[in-house]
Amino acid sequence: MAEFWSGFLLPLIIIVLKILAIVVPLLVGVAYMTYAERKIMGAMQLRQGPSIVGPFGLLQPFADGLKLFSKEHILPAGSNRVLFYMAPMLTFFLALVAWAVIPFDTGMVLADINVGILYLFAISSLGVYGIVVAGWASNSRYAFLGALRSAAQMVSYEVSMGLVIISVLLCVGSLNLTKIVEAQQTIWFAIPLLPMFVIFFISALAETNRSPFDLPEGESELVAGFMVEYSSMPFALFFLGEYANMILMSGMTSILFLGGWLPPLPFAPFTWIPGPIWFALKIALCLFVYVWVRATMPRYRYDQLMRLGWKVFLPFSLVWVVLTAGVLVTFGWLPK
Amino acid sequence: MRGRRHWGARKEGDEEAMAFLDRAARSLFLTELLGGLGLTLRYMFKPKVTLNYPFEKGPISPRFRGEHVLRRYPGGEERCIACKLCEAVCPALAITIEAEPRDDGSRRTTRYDIDMTKCIYCGYCQEACPVDAIVMGPNFEFSTENREELFYNKQKLLANGDRWEAEIAQNLAAEAPYR
Repeated sequence: MAEFWSGFLLPLIIIVLKILAIVVPLLVGVAYMTYAERKIMGAMQLRQGPSIVGPFGLLQPFADGLKLFSKEHILPAGSNRVLFYMAPMLTFFLALVAWAVIPFDTGMVLADINVGILYLFAISSLGVYGIVVAGWASNSRYAFLGALRSAAQMVSYEVSMGLVIISVLLCVGSLNLTKIVEAQQTIWFAIPLLPMFVIFFISALAETNRSPFDLPEGESELVAGFMVEYSSMPFALFFLGEYANMILMSGMTSILFLGGWLPPLPFAPFTWIPGPIWFALKIALCLFVYVWVRATMPRYRYDQLMRLGWKVFLPFSLVWVVLTAGVLVTFGWLPK
Repeated sequence: MRGRRHWGARKEGDEEAMAFLDRAARSLFLTELLGGLGLTLRYMFKPKVTLNYPFEKGPISPRFRGEHVLRRYPGGEERCIACKLCEAVCPALAITIEAEPRDDGSRRTTRYDIDMTKCIYCGYCQEACPVDAIVMGPNFEFSTENREELFYNKQKLLANGDRWEAEIAQNLAAEAPYR
């Protein structure tokens, strides 16, 4: 019994507690991300945003959640029942499961695996399945078109994203996310690899189906894209998954380019603030830019989107990978 | 001649090349995107133009044509003399009046209905009224949950008159010089 307790049950409980410690703040973050988005976009359009529910409208996300919970959920006739319900669950699950390898501070990580970045990349690529399955299972033309667009878009932008990650990995010499952050002690990669940083950020926008690349749900032509047929809780799961993905991508951006949990300058007033808070601040900054871009840019046309991905980002990042490798080899800066 | 033409063509080519470089540099350094982002960021700190509607309301002209009221004289006697000018002038045929002499011999309405779902808020009834009995008040928040409630009768219109008399008297006084 003691064996069972110390060998299996206790570690299990500890892991579950760790998971909760990650997921609960994440979901609260998602809730307040929707609030922040509406407030910021409101301010940029000279509006107030939510301001009635609670002080400054702070309880608005919970009112919205409650509304979604209490709505009727509709299963369209002719849809594939199992897949229809699986799709939002898959999206949500994948958005959460990726957080297992994200380090919040030195050693503060659920699974410190050596191929962390590959895992992240794989999980974020799997995200497209949720959307494709949703589009197919709905048995609706709009949903299907949205899913097709989404599949093409995510595949296109993952290519250049992979090359951007390669150029970062060349400078680090490890696939471990903790090592990647620690390699930025002297300088954040956003500065020497600035063009890669910009490409990564724009690709992340495309990867999370955010404006100006929100074609899969482009409401002016596809009503709501792949989630037309969804209502109530399944819709809420899509919504949560999408925003959790945005936060994940911001986390990836800050780990790869903005020095993760490292303070901006390695001395006194900055080092007093603990690492996870720096990490959260960097994520918040990235998320602000997501919203800022959404409030500024009109949506891309589909062919423009494809042109940007394949004819601009791909060659550019390819050249930059070669350039980075060349510089590293020439000056003997290759990490051991 | 040939040389000059050649020179001219080269100059044109240079300009084209410069334009190409210019365009390439603009798109490479994302100048226009960053300019747009700068604009939205500036707007973020501007004062907001929102009017918190149910709590704050915009100003209304004294000529505002809102919900109808039937007014009374200060003594409490109703103004309407059942001349039916409003009923005649109403382009939407929203007003229905029936009248007969009262016991004291004065002519009054027995029925004064306005179908608010037909009314087009043109204000002709108010213009036609010789005794300022039917007036369009400043109230515009009279939505109802069903259609029947919008068929106003005399009682409802007189109650409206009692409710809005202060504002209406003020508005009529403000408008008197222009009538």
